[in-house]
Amino acid sequence: MKIRHHYCTGCGHGIIHRLLCEVIDELEIREKIIAIAPVGCAVFGYFYWNFDTAEAAHGRPPAVAAAIKRILPDRIVMTYQGDGDLAAIGGNEMLHAANRGDNITVVFVNNACYGMTGGQMAPTTVMNQITTTTPYGRNIEDGYPIKVCELLKELEGTVYIERTSVDSPANIIKSKKALKKALNCQIEGKGFSLVEILSMCPVGWRLNPQQSLEWVNKSMKKQFPLGVFKDRL
Amino acid sequence: MTKKLLKGNYAVVEGALQGGIDAYFGYPITPQNEITEYMSQRMRAEDRVFLQAESELAAINMVFGAALTGKRTMTTSSSPGISLMQEGISYLAGCELPAVIVNVQRGGPGLGNIDGAQGDYFQSVKGGGHGDYRLLTLAPSSVGETYSMCRDSFDLAFKYRCPVLILTDGVIGQMIEPAEVDDTPLKKDKKVKDYGWNLTGCLGRERRVVRSLYMKEGALEKLNLRLAERYEAMKKETDWEESDTEDASLILVGYGTSARINYDAARRAREKGMKVGYFRPKTLYPFPSERLKELSGKANFLVVEMSMGQMVEDVRLAVSKDTHVEFYGRPAGGIPETDKILEICKKMTA
Ligand SMILES: Cc1ncc(C[n+]2csc(CCOP(=O)(O)OP(=O)(O)O)c2C)c(N)n1
Repeated sequence: MKIRHHYCTGCGHGIIHRLLCEVIDELEIREKIIAIAPVGCAVFGYFYWNFDTAEAAHGRPPAVAAAIKRILPDRIVMTYQGDGDLAAIGGNEMLHAANRGDNITVVFVNNACYGMTGGQMAPTTVMNQITTTTPYGRNIEDGYPIKVCELLKELEGTVYIERTSVDSPANIIKSKKALKKALNCQIEGKGFSLVEILSMCPVGWRLNPQQSLEWVNKSMKKQFPLGVFKDRL
Repeated sequence: MTKKLLKGNYAVVEGALQGGIDAYFGYPITPQNEITEYMSQRMRAEDRVFLQAESELAAINMVFGAALTGKRTMTTSSSPGISLMQEGISYLAGCELPAVIVNVQRGGPGLGNIDGAQGDYFQSVKGGGHGDYRLLTLAPSSVGETYSMCRDSFDLAFKYRCPVLILTDGVIGQMIEPAEVDDTPLKKDKKVKDYGWNLTGCLGRERRVVRSLYMKEGALEKLNLRLAERYEAMKKETDWEESDTEDASLILVGYGTSARINYDAARRAREKGMKVGYFRPKTLYPFPSERLKELSGKANFLVVEMSMGQMVEDVRLAVSKDTHVEFYGRPAGGIPETDKILEICKKMTA
């Protein structure tokens, strides 16, 4: 397939899509996957994914996925969500799907802002970061960045939680490994898995692609340290 | 069919099971808790999916997920919970997915109270969520009809690929009365059917996408026109009950619990020699407008509701211009009184 993608120059979604599709092919699960796209820049994931996909309302993919998995336990059910979708409006659905230990996989793309609506503050916007709704930088009155992996690892229901990034070739390879492990977790029937991927949003951040890579490395990783937070595989 | 003494809320469960429900999702709220509780037993016993959701928001989106797979799915709630579900209902309509939603209405606005009420008519047939969609809306007025409507609602939802709403209320939900129920054993078919639109993984076929976002010029209009066509086709499901309308100079109109009060009032009015008839829409959308228009040549109408006047607007829209349409309602917290209805009948037939 030769399709020009709609993502902005330097955006991380394209890389993550590719990793995901490679992993799905390597695991030979393309024909078993049902994916839930978020409301956010990745709503059009299905332009590039050659497997069954549905849109869900903003923030609700974990609830949608939980139901599908309970009805079709032998299919692979995955959500792909941004930080606004997963951690702000959908915080409750995320928490409860994780806590129930629903055997689904969440691919969580953290770009520290609301990309689709033009770069507003997200729950993961880091302290002092300038966005269109934190023009003077995020401060304590706006609240603190939510650390999804740290939060979910405490829940009994979660099995595999890792945070990676796509700001360097080495980290891209690590991200692919993490995605594979997360999907394997589901294939083996182990329970809830989530991979958080720190990703670039040059347009939302008002930086060029090169600066964006540096910003992930310098500013995001300080707030969101990479690593495996839970592995009960 | 067998006659069984049944509570309204249990009738929802038994009807849904007979209708082939595969998956139920719900969040507790009075006066419909018996549904979720009884479902938790029956669905598990029948080896079907039951999940208590963390909110009505989650429940309707679980229904969305279940509907995506082509399974028969239902959620139930009462007014505040149904308000919370509206976004999800709009998505079901936009994605053309079949599902059944039961609203056991209680008093509002806000937390209101836990008694039966009819304040959600507008929400059900006019407003609700965003966008230009409609819900096939059924209004039972007895426990038996709660059973049969819940049973048949899944077929309707699949026929029109749309969410079906059953609009009942706390009075009927809590009422115990004899009801006709099927004695045929429940269907045990667990196979995943292929309807050409449901998501099951793309093994052996092209992948599918279920969406309601249409950014290309003209694409969204096309969806909306397709929906409009379907709503037009739905008109053949229009259903109502009427009696003593032939020679009536006044017809009492109401749905659900109000209709039960009307039925009694109309009978008593006849005993007193007044030419009063009785009319009860069973489908609120599509609304039996044409039949009301036919009747309006000969009779005036008194619309009775447990609200300050919602369905009365549809009656006024339906009837001919010179027809007198009177309204009597008690808002949430009150129940219309038969004596008061008779008093108005007397004035209107004088
Ligand atoms: C109920 C609702 N509220 C708000 C929106 C508008 N909206 C669309 S995308 C979005 C934010 C998406 O941000 P994120 O989840 O971080 O994903 P990204 O676009 O950055 O990938 C918002 C607020 C919506 N579509 N629905």
